[in-house]
Amino acid sequence: MWQILKNRFKQGHRTCRYPEEKPVFPERFRGRPITPGVDMGTSLFNEGAEQVQYSTEYRMAASKREDLILDPNERKLVSALDDKMKRLFGRSLKLREVCAGSCNGCDSEIQALGNVVFDLARFGIEFVASPRHADGLLITGPVTRNMEEALLKTYEAVPEPKIVIAVGACAISGGPFTGSPQTRNGVEGLIPIDLYIPGCPPHPLTILDGLLGLLGRLEKPHETH
Amino acid sequence: MPNRKLTVRNDQSWELDRVPLLEEEIFRKRIIEEVRSGGRIANFFVCPEHNGDARLFALIAHDEQSKLALYSFKVQKDAPFFKSLTPELPQAQAFEREIAEQCQARPDGHPWLKPLRKRMSPGAGFFRAKGEEIHELAVGPVHAGIIEPGHFRFQCHGEKILNLEIQLGYQHRGIETMMQEVLPERRMLLAESIAGDTVIGHALAYCGAMESLSGCHVSPRAEALRAVALELERLANHTGDLGALSGDIGFLPAAAYFGRLRGEFLNLLMELTGNRYGRSFCRPGGVLFDMDATMIDGFRRHLLKAQDQIREVCTLFFTKPSVLSRLENVGIVSSEMVKQWGFVGPTARAAGCARDVRIDHAYGMYRFHQIPISLAESGDVYSRAMIRWLESQRSIDLLLELFERMPKGDLLRPPGPLKDRSMALSIVEGWRGEIIHVAVTGARSQIARYKIKDPSFNNWMAVSLAVCGAQVSDFPLCNKSFNLSYAGHDL
Repeated sequence: MWQILKNRFKQGHRTCRYPEEKPVFPERFRGRPITPGVDMGTSLFNEGAEQVQYSTEYRMAASKREDLILDPNERKLVSALDDKMKRLFGRSLKLREVCAGSCNGCDSEIQALGNVVFDLARFGIEFVASPRHADGLLITGPVTRNMEEALLKTYEAVPEPKIVIAVGACAISGGPFTGSPQTRNGVEGLIPIDLYIPGCPPHPLTILDGLLGLLGRLEKPHETH
Repeated sequence: MPNRKLTVRNDQSWELDRVPLLEEEIFRKRIIEEVRSGGRIANFFVCPEHNGDARLFALIAHDEQSKLALYSFKVQKDAPFFKSLTPELPQAQAFEREIAEQCQARPDGHPWLKPLRKRMSPGAGFFRAKGEEIHELAVGPVHAGIIEPGHFRFQCHGEKILNLEIQLGYQHRGIETMMQEVLPERRMLLAESIAGDTVIGHALAYCGAMESLSGCHVSPRAEALRAVALELERLANHTGDLGALSGDIGFLPAAAYFGRLRGEFLNLLMELTGNRYGRSFCRPGGVLFDMDATMIDGFRRHLLKAQDQIREVCTLFFTKPSVLSRLENVGIVSSEMVKQWGFVGPTARAAGCARDVRIDHAYGMYRFHQIPISLAESGDVYSRAMIRWLESQRSIDLLLELFERMPKGDLLRPPGPLKDRSMALSIVEGWRGEIIHVAVTGARSQIARYKIKDPSFNNWMAVSLAVCGAQVSDFPLCNKSFNLSYAGHDL
């Protein structure tokens, strides 16, 4: 008992100050690309990809698929849910995560959101075990042929109204598996998507920023830096 | 020549013609002899040929003698079957099911020849226990937590598990076929996406195969940097696993501290590579990023701090009677089981079987920096947790030792074209165990066959065996103590 308390005291408070404080990323972090015309929905954020240059900006989520294509003149924002939906989900959102063929990278980052550093629960967002208890789905992976049916069934089991969030390059466009006959190149066309979170995998804060943007919980959502 | 075996080494390539092509009977006899004399089937796979025949290759590892031997035989198109090895050598079971799925050759006499990755019709093909008060429990593919999909079928008597059958394949993305069809740059990205928690491990295995096929020698500096990334990956996952185990038994202080430590190792990888999982770091010929003196110094300070903290949290975790009573004598995998079923990685080492590619078939930096093997005896959840702690300590020691004297050299030496009609072997000790990549080339640098084996492929059977006789409620804990990859298995 004393040992646990001593440890607790030594560990201290570790939760990050996001969103009050702007997070700092290392110089090499590959965030939002600078190069205009890049489609963040297909980008694997890899080094040396057709001369794409990256910034350390972590905010990348978008509400529409076309908003993921970088426009040099305008920065498209995540639009918050309408008032009715915000009233329902704004302060308490329960999500069911479905991995539909991801490499486990995106899922690991979603899992990391629950650790003491990001502490997702402090925003009223939680992951639930059953789709019937959920307000929406968080989907990763290119949707393999073998998972298509299970994904549809899970979607159908979520009560209306529901939201769908596609996390990672695979779920948005198929990612590195684009063109494989064993996958269907992402969620698009299977079920409607409300929020796109690009990345390979997206940083936990990229996911968090998208979720809070959707719920209209970011005060000054996207001022330019 | 045809009766002799071909002895090969890790990170080596050879002309395809040099692999002995045996008669099926002789092949079978040799494999059984080799395994009975202490070897194990490291890989057993098919290379379909243009004329419809199938050539089957078996790689036998004698780990204690650091030896690898390769044999092959052919299954003709018009007689597409061969005698299954599984009844004599259970460790062949998944390999043979994979072969049956990837080509026409059918292993005759396989006791449980059912799909490995293809879809099964629901309800069909599962072993069923019958009797009063026997009930069946079906879980998945969509599980309760944030994990990958798989289907688990339990046969239970009350709370006691009589049998567990694991049906995977939901994550099948067709990576092996894609590796043969896409451009080299894309192949690298695919290799990094085989299992998202083992980016460095699989990337290194791919790079090793490409480098030996093109005769490219990586500089000592690049080798050292690769070892840094691989050990950071191991540290992140091992501490993460300890956290997940703490969480599963409801010991929340340790769950929180380990969870944070995992994140800190991932952040070090991000500082080095720009990505928390080390993507875009390993490339054939070397690595893309260097470490300067300031970064090395920063990493050293971080690791020294982490070393202290891991010790503190592990002392907290491994000394609590309430923790120990949940971990000890649960989910036992004995050393006999390891030998019989060919398990690898921490699962094997937790049962006292000294199998570690970094020592047995040393590659890269591990040829110069010996890492002591971590062993435990009891093969239960406690041992597998303990292995994670021991290996975390050794990984930090190795990194600190490397940082003392980082060798010099080029970061990247672009490899040339691949040798024609050759085969390359690359084995890496990922954090889950032995990763094997085999590349076979045709003419004009084309990849004719790319075979990937993740350690999970060997070890899923261990989960089934470990929970037999246990309580249903112990299953999550047992499963977590292996933490196998679904994506790595399903490819």
